[in-house]
Amino acid sequence: MAEPFLIGDGMTGGYGAADILHNCTIAVEKGQIAVIVGPNGAGKSTAMKAVFGMLKLRGGRVVLDGEDITTLTPQARVHKGMGFVPQTHNIFTSMTVEENLEMGAFIREDDFADTMAQVYDLFPILKEKRHQAAGELSGGQRQQVAVGRALMTRPKVLMLDEPTAGVSPIVMDELFDRIIEIARTGISILMVEQNARQALEIADKGYVLVQGANRFTDTGKALMADPEVRRSFLGG
Amino acid sequence: MDILNALVAFLNFVFIPGLAYGSQLALGALGVTLIYGILRFSNFAHGDTMAFGTMVTILVTWWFQSIGIGFGPLPTALLALPFGIAATAALLLLTDRAVYRFYRKQKAAPTILVIVSLGVMFVMNGIVRLIIGVEDQSFADGARFLITAGDFKTMTGLTEGLAIKTTQAVTVVTAGLTVAFLFWFLQKTRTGKSMRAFSDNEDLALLSGINPDRVVQVTWILAAAMATIAGVLYGLDKSFKPFTYFQLLLPIFAAAIVGGLGSPLGAIAGGFVIAFSEVMVTYAWKKVATYLLPDSMAPDGLLQLMSTDYKFAVSFSILILVLIFMPTGLFKGKSV
Repeated sequence: MAEPFLIGDGMTGGYGAADILHNCTIAVEKGQIAVIVGPNGAGKSTAMKAVFGMLKLRGGRVVLDGEDITTLTPQARVHKGMGFVPQTHNIFTSMTVEENLEMGAFIREDDFADTMAQVYDLFPILKEKRHQAAGELSGGQRQQVAVGRALMTRPKVLMLDEPTAGVSPIVMDELFDRIIEIARTGISILMVEQNARQALEIADKGYVLVQGANRFTDTGKALMADPEVRRSFLGG
Repeated sequence: MDILNALVAFLNFVFIPGLAYGSQLALGALGVTLIYGILRFSNFAHGDTMAFGTMVTILVTWWFQSIGIGFGPLPTALLALPFGIAATAALLLLTDRAVYRFYRKQKAAPTILVIVSLGVMFVMNGIVRLIIGVEDQSFADGARFLITAGDFKTMTGLTEGLAIKTTQAVTVVTAGLTVAFLFWFLQKTRTGKSMRAFSDNEDLALLSGINPDRVVQVTWILAAAMATIAGVLYGLDKSFKPFTYFQLLLPIFAAAIVGGLGSPLGAIAGGFVIAFSEVMVTYAWKKVATYLLPDSMAPDGLLQLMSTDYKFAVSFSILILVLIFMPTGLFKGKSV
């Protein structure tokens, strides 16, 4: 079997002396959605940061489209086609929506007007509020700005750290719909989600992490059907 | 009662001097606020940066004067200004390279950088005094007045005169143009926007591929320009003395903090708040009051709240009030 489009393979490492990740593997195929779920403190966000290079790995490697990118900085990974939406502080609050998108496209030398139009098509409310300061928007709209900013580089992989944290259930459903739409355009999506049930429903692949290691890995549907996963992580 | 003459006296002695002084403070505070917003520390060397830029401008002005280059009715110093800005930018970039970069790489706390800037201040202080001395230097030339008090009186027939010094007019116009350029730069250009993004959210700016070294460089260059222009305008309007420029640090910081550190709009508002407060509290209102009040109520004293020697107390008091009741300033800057 060919290697997945993006894989963090056997990652071991942490912020300080103690390791948080233990031989953890996360992968996503082209145009698919992979979701990382697990209890609090399982290392979900850490695994994501490791894939993006924000964490020094003591073991394992990260491969994007057949190229080993383990030693690249996060900035260099953006140039390679990875987009990252942090969980918090993910927008420029004092700048307008449009300026946020422009800053997302900062590394692009070409005309990015068409990408901006695509983002506005995906999130029509942003077009309406494009001259408003991003910090004045509602939680859901801010997340849309954050995702839109990351899309401006036309990434091949979009990484989302709890995109639905702190938004209402209706907005959450809407965001998940948009994420599916983004995946359909051929962009791979790797995300960490607190709302495990909804996230696994749209996931092609699900990873259940416990204490920094893979506990269950399967398709989203299979994980949902697995009685043990349901009992331990999905609340029955 | 003579409202018209009272108004003219007010304009002549309070409004116009306050406007000119406010413009100078606003430019100084813009430099401070820019450095605070992007490099995240209070730059105590800013007053002496102004002194350095002004000194270079004065030296070039003297050279221009000696070879017979002038600017007609306008001060020759305006022609020398670009040289002052260039030299100051070079000095600041060099300082950043030699001093600040080291601490930035260590991710030093802002308090450490403040103390570092204090050291830089003393060095700049020394350089300026070594080169030009500690004495007062006057370098204004060209026409002295746009309108003299006498002309105004014959023109209007009022007993009160309104004088507008060329340097005051030059100050307000130059400051206006500089501020317009700065705002255009920050709002409309790619580099300016990336500076605002960096100031807003450094991590996300890095994630977006914004080059921090470039942002820092452009910030120093802009700060050098603001400081030099502010210093030269102040020197033209009053006179140049290194110690006075060191003292200007207080009203400038007061202006930046009153407006809200990190907010360019706030720096301008703060500059005028401080300038007008200083002028109004230290002005002897007797003349204006005499025009406005009936003869029977004519004041005996000077009606001066505070002697001009205490003008720094005014900025200090405002600074303290703002820090207690409105720590983020008028325009919601970062709290100190």
